[in-house]
Amino acid sequence: MRVMYLVKSDHPAKPSPEFMEHMHKMAEREIKAGRMVDNGGLLPLSAGAHIRLMDGKLSLIDGPFVEAKEVVGGFAVFELRDKDEAIAMATEFMQLHKDHMPGWEGICEIRILATPPQNNPTACPQ
Amino acid sequence: VTETHRAILAIWRVEQPRLITSLARMLRDVPLAEDLTQEALLAALEHWPAGIPEKPGAWLMATAKRKALDHLRRGKMLARKHALVAHELEQHEQAMPDLDSALDDDIGDEMLRLIFTACHPCLPRESRAALALRMICGLTTAEIARAFLLPEPTVAQRITRAKRTLSESGLAYETPRAPELSQRLSSVLEVVYLIFNEGYTAARGDELLRHELCDEALRMARALTAVAPHEAEAHGLLALMELNASRAAARTDAAGNPILLPDQDRTLWDQLQIRRGLQALTRADELGGMGGFYVPQAAIVACHARAASFADTNWPHIATLYAHLMTLSPSPVIELNRAVAVAMAEGAEAGLFIVDRLTQEPALKRYHLLFSVRGDLLQKLGRMDEARADFQAAAQLTANQCERDFLTRRASACITPPRHGNG
Repeated sequence: MRVMYLVKSDHPAKPSPEFMEHMHKMAEREIKAGRMVDNGGLLPLSAGAHIRLMDGKLSLIDGPFVEAKEVVGGFAVFELRDKDEAIAMATEFMQLHKDHMPGWEGICEIRILATPPQNNPTACPQ
Repeated sequence: VTETHRAILAIWRVEQPRLITSLARMLRDVPLAEDLTQEALLAALEHWPAGIPEKPGAWLMATAKRKALDHLRRGKMLARKHALVAHELEQHEQAMPDLDSALDDDIGDEMLRLIFTACHPCLPRESRAALALRMICGLTTAEIARAFLLPEPTVAQRITRAKRTLSESGLAYETPRAPELSQRLSSVLEVVYLIFNEGYTAARGDELLRHELCDEALRMARALTAVAPHEAEAHGLLALMELNASRAAARTDAAGNPILLPDQDRTLWDQLQIRRGLQALTRADELGGMGGFYVPQAAIVACHARAASFADTNWPHIATLYAHLMTLSPSPVIELNRAVAVAMAEGAEAGLFIVDRLTQEPALKRYHLLFSVRGDLLQKLGRMDEARADFQAAAQLTANQCERDFLTRRASACITPPRHGNG
C-alpha cells in the first residue's frame, strides 16, 4: 500500500535541533527497513504560486497570499502493508513532535495513493 | 479486541527491525534475538488491550531487553559469551532510558547482519526464504505458511531447524565485509528473488497474499540497497522486481486469465514504480553491473517499460541484451527469448531460424513455450498447418489450465485463408 503523509500545522515553527535529530534517526531506520521511499519539506506558499481558472479565465496569483490557516510543512511517501501500519507509523512520528517540539500542534494526514486497480480473482484453476 | 490486536501487530512490525537489530547486537545471536522480540510481542498482546502505552516502541524495547537479560541470567548461553555480554547488558540497563541511541548509530550494520544471517548459504533455499520473511519482514509463521500454501507446522519446523543450524554452526552473529559481502550477496539476492517470484509467477493461491510476497521482496531489496549501496547486483535485482511489479495490474483479466505483453493495457502500468525501477537500473549501471546476473535482465524489462507500445519497443536492443546474457550464462531458455526479440527486430523468418535450431535441445523437448513461440512465428509466416500443430503441442505440454485454453484457442485460429483469384 502506497501511503503519503502530509504534516499540517496552524502554527508553523522552526523544528528544534533535537527534533531534527530524532526525525533523521527515524527516517534512516525507515529507509533501511525499505519502507520509506520519498520525503521532503515544503517551503511556504509565498515561494510558490497559484494558477487559477475562474469564469473562463486563467490567472497567475504570485502573492501576496493570505496564508491558509493550515500550512502543509512536509510530506513523505511510504510503502506499507496496510492502514494499521500506516497509523502506527504516523503515531510514532507525531509522538516525536510531542516529545521534542513543546507547544507545537498540528496533524499528520494519512492519504492512500491510488495505484492501478488490481484484478483480484482467486487465481485460475490448475 | 481484533482492532487492538491488529494495531498491536502493526506497531510491532514497525518496531521489529530496530528491536531485533538492537537485541542481536547485545546477545551476539540473531536467531535468539528474533525469539525474544517474539516474546516481547506476546507480552504486548497480553498487556496492551488495557491501553496502548504512549511510547509503544520504548515499551517493546525495554521488555525485549529485560527478556534478554532474564535469558542470560538463566545461563542458557555459553559461559564464554555470558560474562562478556551480561556485563554489557547491565551497563546498558544502567544507562536507561536512553539506551537505544548508541544502537541507532549503526542500524545499517545491524540490518546488514540480520539480512545476511537470515539468508546464509548454509541453509536450504526454502528455509532462507521463511527465515527472511520472519526475521526481516516480521511476518508470522501462519502468514508465511498461507503465502507459500504450506501447512503451518512445516514452516514452523523449517524456521526452528534453520535457527538451530545457525546457532550450532556458530553463524548466529557474523558481519560480512567486502569482498566477502559481495560473494555472499548472491545467496541473499537469490532468496529475495525466490520470494518475489513466488508471488509474481505462481498461478495459484490467494492473489492478495501473492501480491504481498512481491511487496515484501521489494522492501527487502530496498533495505539491502540502503545498507549495501555499492552492490550493483542488489540495485539490479531491485530494478528488475520494481519494473516487473509495475505491470501487475495489467497482467490478468477480471477472470484471472493471463494477458500477454503485446495485449496489455499500458495505462495500467504503475508509472511511479517504473520510475523507481529505472532509477535503480541507472544506479546499477553506474556501479558497473552489466556483467552481473540481474542487471541485464532489468535492462531488458526497462526496454518494455519505456516503450509506448509493443511495436514501439526497442527490439534490436533487447536482442543485443539477450545475446549478452547468453555470453554470461548460456541457456536455451535465454536463447529462445533472444529468438523472440530477433523476430520482432528483423522479422519472423530470422526468429524462426534460431527457434528451429533450439528444437534439437534436449532441455526444451517438453518446454511448452518453445512450441508456442514457434507456432506464433509460423502463423506470422502464413504456415498455418505447422503453426496449428505447434500450438496443439504447446497446449498438451503446459500444466496450467488457463494457458492450455489460451493455446487451444490460438491453435483453432490457425486457418489457411481461402485463396482468391488465379494465383
